[in-house]
Amino acid sequence: MKGWRPPAPFLLLLPAIVVLAAVVIVPLILSLYSSFTPFRLTQPASLYTFVGFRNYARILADREFWTAFGRTVLLLTVALNVEMLLGLGLAMLVEKATSGQRLLRTIMMFPMMFSPILVGFQFKFMFNDNIGLVNNALQSLGLTDQAIPWLIDGSLAFTAILVAEIWSSTSVFAILILAGLLAMPKEPIEAARVDGCTPWQTFRYVTWPFIMPFAYIAMTIRSLDVARAYDIVKIMTDGGPAKRTELIWTLVSRTAYADARMGLANAMAYVAILLSILFTVYFFRKLAAARTQIAAEW
Amino acid sequence: MATVSLEKLVKRYGAVEVVHGIDLDVADREFIALVGPSGCGKSTTLRMIAGLEPISGGNLRIGGKIVNDLPPRSRNLAMVFQSYALYPHMTVRENMGFSLKIAGQTPEEIAPRVEEAAKTLDLTHLLDRRPSQLSGGQRQRVAMGRAIVRQPEVFLFDEPLSNLDAKLRTQMRVEIKKLHAKVQSTVIYVTHDQVEAMTLADRIVIMRDGHIEQVGTPEDVFQRPNSKFVAGFIGSPPMNLKDAEIADGHVVFSSGDRLPLPSRFRDRVTAGQRVTFGLRPDDLYPAGHGIHSGEDADVYRHDLHVILTEPLGNETLVFSDFGGAEWVGRMLNPRRLVSGEALPFCFDLSQAHLFDGETGKTLRG
Repeated sequence: MKGWRPPAPFLLLLPAIVVLAAVVIVPLILSLYSSFTPFRLTQPASLYTFVGFRNYARILADREFWTAFGRTVLLLTVALNVEMLLGLGLAMLVEKATSGQRLLRTIMMFPMMFSPILVGFQFKFMFNDNIGLVNNALQSLGLTDQAIPWLIDGSLAFTAILVAEIWSSTSVFAILILAGLLAMPKEPIEAARVDGCTPWQTFRYVTWPFIMPFAYIAMTIRSLDVARAYDIVKIMTDGGPAKRTELIWTLVSRTAYADARMGLANAMAYVAILLSILFTVYFFRKLAAARTQIAAEW
Repeated sequence: MATVSLEKLVKRYGAVEVVHGIDLDVADREFIALVGPSGCGKSTTLRMIAGLEPISGGNLRIGGKIVNDLPPRSRNLAMVFQSYALYPHMTVRENMGFSLKIAGQTPEEIAPRVEEAAKTLDLTHLLDRRPSQLSGGQRQRVAMGRAIVRQPEVFLFDEPLSNLDAKLRTQMRVEIKKLHAKVQSTVIYVTHDQVEAMTLADRIVIMRDGHIEQVGTPEDVFQRPNSKFVAGFIGSPPMNLKDAEIADGHVVFSSGDRLPLPSRFRDRVTAGQRVTFGLRPDDLYPAGHGIHSGEDADVYRHDLHVILTEPLGNETLVFSDFGGAEWVGRMLNPRRLVSGEALPFCFDLSQAHLFDGETGKTLRG
């Protein structure tokens, strides 16, 4: 019997298509579908009730969600900017090092080698109000005799989380910007010095435009990271106290697993992903523009 | 007035001294070329003048004032780099106007000066391009434009033409010469190409291993080299330099071949002295195919066998064997030669040079 035979390219790609479908496409479609249902893990049948945009409508009106959303954006903005500045400073210092630069580069990467969970535990310990290093140091230096409730006060806890985030990821910026600095031709800098630039002007008009694309690459990578920030927060405060450090993903996981409202959680997750995509697209645009500007050949 | 004076200028990198206390006075509006083989310290010297390398010893004066510790921006000079060093993210216009912008001039003040420089260098149609959209020669002109827009007192050129092809180099050489005639600034020009140095400079400074070997006009260094090194470095193809010994009024080469001792060196050498004999290819030619500059009496005739020829069209370089070594001669109004052919050659000894066999210094009075 001679029936229809699928074309060879399709047949050859079929294994890959099957795997992709099983692990990516089907879960994606299923989760997207479930965000249009009142699906609860405790009531499997609820998966078959289609409610349209009700979950999304509820999220849009949900104060708690928007607070977490805003806090995530705030964390993203502050963390990226501080990391960028610190990373830039570090990179420029390391670039100036005449000896031991390889060693310094390696040391600079240490924070990246730790799991965010471990970083979370470490900072949770350091910021502990009773036995933490931070309070101990402050008290020993005589700066305060109070036990500052780092992880209990809302804004202090947010700061503590920021510090942990920044500590663990500044090196991403430092490494990428250092790569830019090392790749940069030295002559334009010398030309700028002869052209009358002060060191600051040299940086502002010559060095910075050149390393900007590298900074944007770091930004793009980190914006994905922070938008899915979960582990450090989960360990340090678990969104507490009283949801004052709740970020989108801690909220999503709480809604999904603690409250078992999977449909609603999936809707939230899709909004969060949208946020990630927006940030990434924004930095990609910036990156492309900066690349054209320095006429990069990559 | 922009004179530049180097007084016992020294450059050390750690314990290694690369420029050993050189002295040089550059007059206002003079075009000075620093030449020498790679590693002779010429670029380092230029960079010390620019302020890009700290000075380890001695004094540098610009316009009479000691500027050793002034940063480059306070020295009122412009530099053209070998790699052009254009700012990749700026257009040609921005590149050229950058130094004025930094100096705090308004866009209205900057525009006419950029336009004028662009006109001089034929860059007007390229003003809105970025360096990556330009050819090598155009980038080179932008680099020069960036320098002239500033109207500095001193121009520094660091091998500005070495990244260009031969034709463009010749063309730009002429441009630089015209430019100097026009802007009337002091120019210090570093090159390893002696042709550039000869054609451009008022005076040439020949450097070797961090020392100055000779300073002089192009004619000086070509016709009256102070040392074997200068003689071999200036001139293309290089001067024939052959070790020999003085014996009973002759210069005797290792093979036993001999040439009469040129009359002007008769009182300057003693029998048995080791010397280096030098003769430019122009002064070694097949009879009837060259010009001798001195008396007929100073022309020594000898038959040589042709080993190899390099026809250049208007002339042919002839390689032949004499005194146990290979000599290059220059044949004007050339005719075809075959290798192995024996030809009567003229050695124009009035143009010959003798250098001390040990010190390499000239034995000329």
